[in-house]
Amino acid sequence: MSRSDVLVDAEWVESQLGQPGVVLVEVDEDASAYDKGHIPTAVKVDWKKDLQDPVRRDFVDKTGFEALLSERGISNDDTVVLYGGNNNWFAAYAYWYFRLYGHSSVKLLDGGRKKWELDSRELSTDVPERAKTSYTASEQDSSLRALREEVLAAIGKRNLVDVRSPDEFAGRLLAPAHLPQEQAQRAGHIPTARNVPWSKAANEDGTFRSDDELRELYEAEAGLDFAKDTIAYCRIGERSAHTWFVLHELLDLANVKNYDGSWTEYGSLVGVPIELGDAR
Amino acid sequence: MSAEGCGAPAGGFSVSTAVAAGDQAVVEGTVSHDGAPISTGYARLLGTGDEFVAEVPLGADGGFRFFAAPGSWTLRVLAPGGVRAERTVDADYGQVTKVVVTV
Repeated sequence: MSRSDVLVDAEWVESQLGQPGVVLVEVDEDASAYDKGHIPTAVKVDWKKDLQDPVRRDFVDKTGFEALLSERGISNDDTVVLYGGNNNWFAAYAYWYFRLYGHSSVKLLDGGRKKWELDSRELSTDVPERAKTSYTASEQDSSLRALREEVLAAIGKRNLVDVRSPDEFAGRLLAPAHLPQEQAQRAGHIPTARNVPWSKAANEDGTFRSDDELRELYEAEAGLDFAKDTIAYCRIGERSAHTWFVLHELLDLANVKNYDGSWTEYGSLVGVPIELGDAR
Repeated sequence: MSAEGCGAPAGGFSVSTAVAAGDQAVVEGTVSHDGAPISTGYARLLGTGDEFVAEVPLGADGGFRFFAAPGSWTLRVLAPGGVRAERTVDADYGQVTKVVVTV
């Protein structure tokens, strides 16, 4: 992968609107954002309703993913362009799903919904009608997803990247500052994790920083050993999907996993080591 | 309160819906221009050294709300047309700090 394979800009999207074989998908946590106005022809995916398992603490399984994409009218050979709010957190999270389930052509709109809005580009309230498809997903690619035992085994051995804010990392907050402070039973971070807030990978308009800036950030400033395998985590796995996208898709590092259980799981586990305090 | 996700509060955020600070350090307010709310735009909360803390889209009433840690913060507003505004705010547990931004 390289940047041009996985990232598109607004001009490219505008040139592709209505083209067969290209499907725009807005992914949000606040589902009302799409209803207020979306990029013309885009279909909606609700982060919680569509992408999470309604019962177990997990995301949609292969069958659920197939049903979702079939219902939205997305085919296996379509190029899917994802974008969303929150600087593309949830779009990056959905991107990670598409990779997990083996979709061959998927891209992110650089800057997401925010840059599109700040640039005053066209938004539409028309909901497109797409014919249903019969989507077939692959089995989950376990090389992209870390589960808790693997995270515990990685302490002190692999790169652990905590992409939450410094206050969450240090244990002063349990959630991002635009949310009520609740969730995990304990605050802090996984021992030996480096704190590289996801936001450092993005410019103010939500676009990703240049490859050179990103390498400098993770390798020189944060001290990640690019020769080692890496696990990224945050609170619920979407901000870390943003960082996973940077490390695995933009910088093309091998063996980068997203720990989607993240701090809501780790910070509630009995008996695991936790560190408090600012990054050293 | 439910905070299952990390993003904007679901269902369309309105800062007109009051929240009690409880034991939280709340920073909230509205953004307007010529007396009309700016509903397309973003509010960013920044820490010392311009460290990004959080960002929310403005609500239909131009509103925003953060649950910060106690301390001094910079609030930055971005809106279409290159609109930018900045305010310094102090937050503390048990308080709702109100910020009215006119641009």
